Amino acid sequence: MNFHAIKAIYRFEMARTGRTLFQSIVSPVLSTSLYFVVFGAAIGSRIEEVDGVSYGAFIVPGLIMLSLLTQSVSNASFGIYFPRFTGTIYEVLSAPVSYLEIVIAYVGAAATKSILVGLIILATAHLFVPLDIQHPVWMLLFLMLTAVTFALLGFILGIWADNFEKLQFVPLLVVTPLAFLGGSFYSINMLPPFWQTVTLFNPVVYLISGFRWSFYGQADVSIGLSVFMTFLFLVICLAVISWIFKTGWRLRA
Amino acid sequence: MSPILKITNLSKVYDSGFHALKGIDLEIKRGELFALLGPNGAGKTTLISIICGIVNASGGTVTVDGHDIARDFRAARAEIGLVPQELTTDAFETVWATVNFSRGLFGKPKNHAIVEKVLKDLSLWDKRDNKLITLSGGMKRRVLIAKALAHEPRVLFLDEPTAGVDVELRRDMWRVVRRLQETGVTIILTTHYIEEAEDLADRVGVINGGEIILVEDKVELMRKLGRKQLILHLADPLEAVPETLAERGLELGQNGETLVYTYDTQAERTGITALLKDLHAAGIRFRDLQTRQSSLEDIFVNLVKAPS
Ligand SMILES: Nc1ncnc2c1ncn2[C@@H]1O[C@H](COP(=O)(O)OP(=O)(O)OP(=O)(O)O)[C@@H](O)[C@H]1O
Ligand SMILES: [Mg+2]
Repeated sequence: MNFHAIKAIYRFEMARTGRTLFQSIVSPVLSTSLYFVVFGAAIGSRIEEVDGVSYGAFIVPGLIMLSLLTQSVSNASFGIYFPRFTGTIYEVLSAPVSYLEIVIAYVGAAATKSILVGLIILATAHLFVPLDIQHPVWMLLFLMLTAVTFALLGFILGIWADNFEKLQFVPLLVVTPLAFLGGSFYSINMLPPFWQTVTLFNPVVYLISGFRWSFYGQADVSIGLSVFMTFLFLVICLAVISWIFKTGWRLRA
Repeated sequence: MSPILKITNLSKVYDSGFHALKGIDLEIKRGELFALLGPNGAGKTTLISIICGIVNASGGTVTVDGHDIARDFRAARAEIGLVPQELTTDAFETVWATVNFSRGLFGKPKNHAIVEKVLKDLSLWDKRDNKLITLSGGMKRRVLIAKALAHEPRVLFLDEPTAGVDVELRRDMWRVVRRLQETGVTIILTTHYIEEAEDLADRVGVINGGEIILVEDKVELMRKLGRKQLILHLADPLEAVPETLAERGLELGQNGETLVYTYDTQAERTGITALLKDLHAAGIRFRDLQTRQSSLEDIFVNLVKAPS
């Protein structure tokens, strides 16, 4: 293992985050606060408790997941796409680093950043609603697993994309809608039966449900299923990445 | 001594179907400065990119100090430093950060003394806290060289390092290159400034259309392919080459004030003695005479132009 290289790339990526502190940290906090104002205060006052939790508190796990998913994907995709775009990727390709090390460094940095954002949102939410987390270890575990999985997805996206439009496409048109429809703002039990069934095809449902369980001990689907699905996505992403690198696809001509 | 770099039957077909390298065989000696010459699109960058791991080969093998670049890529790449042809740098990193990054990337522990020395050698020390985006093109080129040297490579590839670089930087660069060579670093250089190869190189290779068409010791090459010219400055200008001398292939130059005689240094007889006798007989007197050796450039142009 070339640990010096992993460290170098990781630190480089984290320094990039540091330079764009406003965009990386302030904007998710701001948008979360807006969600609270709109959904929590304005609409939430008309909604009774959901599953025995006040609506404001109910949406917190979903809001964190929403940011976590989009941030992980866009951080990781940008992190690898940008050097490809500018050509500075030549240095990484010419260095004595394996694909595994490249993935660990880029995905690790992207996941770290989105976990930080997730925790900051959690702290922000705490200002609006009282929170009491029933399973903090599970909460952190879900946070990390999801961040890593979606950073892997973002990494794949960053390798696949050959223009900025494609780079924006997935977080904006796939991940965000799935997160919205995956029960960020409602319990899927509130849906008519037909839509409940449809929703079960949305992978994000399992992530949000499991994450919410770690907060309030309640879930739309069983916690075992959530854990299983989370690992399944992780394994799928890892498989895709190892396939990509076996073929050298899109990184080396 | 075993060669530091051994390329065997290397070929490259790009996805577009373009055959960029056609069975390259080349050995680079330890510690030499090898100049790779060739017209645009000859395959120089492709060859270097394969050796450095940026482009995958379609066939053939390359070993760096005995390490196969595919099977034993870590050991092979750790020995190599590359200054790419294109000026590609990050924008918002500082010089100091980017050079230290390169060292780490190549698996070397932090060593500020080495990075400091590299930056000082390249006159970049004053700029170490500058963001890359604020540097001029020539400065960025220096940064790329510094990045390539940060991990103390044993083999250095310079892909047209002097394109768009002013005289001072070029001189700096060659000073650094010579010093590296003194410490035993092998240097492979591509350039379109043939005088550079002529000045610096120990050996010269010419690549054209994806094939190596010549590899030769520089001095040997200049001796073998170099033609010499004897230039006679005449006391009295001539209208035309006199009939009696027509067979000698003389050319009249500079308004009839010079006669130019081209001969082959390798030939058994250069014909100079006979020529001078004939000139005397024809009553042609001259004020001065001079000889000129053709440059590597002339040799190169002849080689690449020649239908192969
Ligand atoms: N990614 C690519 N896909 C298809 N063809 C390519 C690719 N890269 C290079 N080529 C082609 O391969 C040939 C060799 O290119 P290369 O860059 O190696 O030439 P070069 O000798 O470095 O030229 P120059 O002196 O202009 O730098 C060129 O005809 C080029 O168009
Ligand atoms: Mg080139």
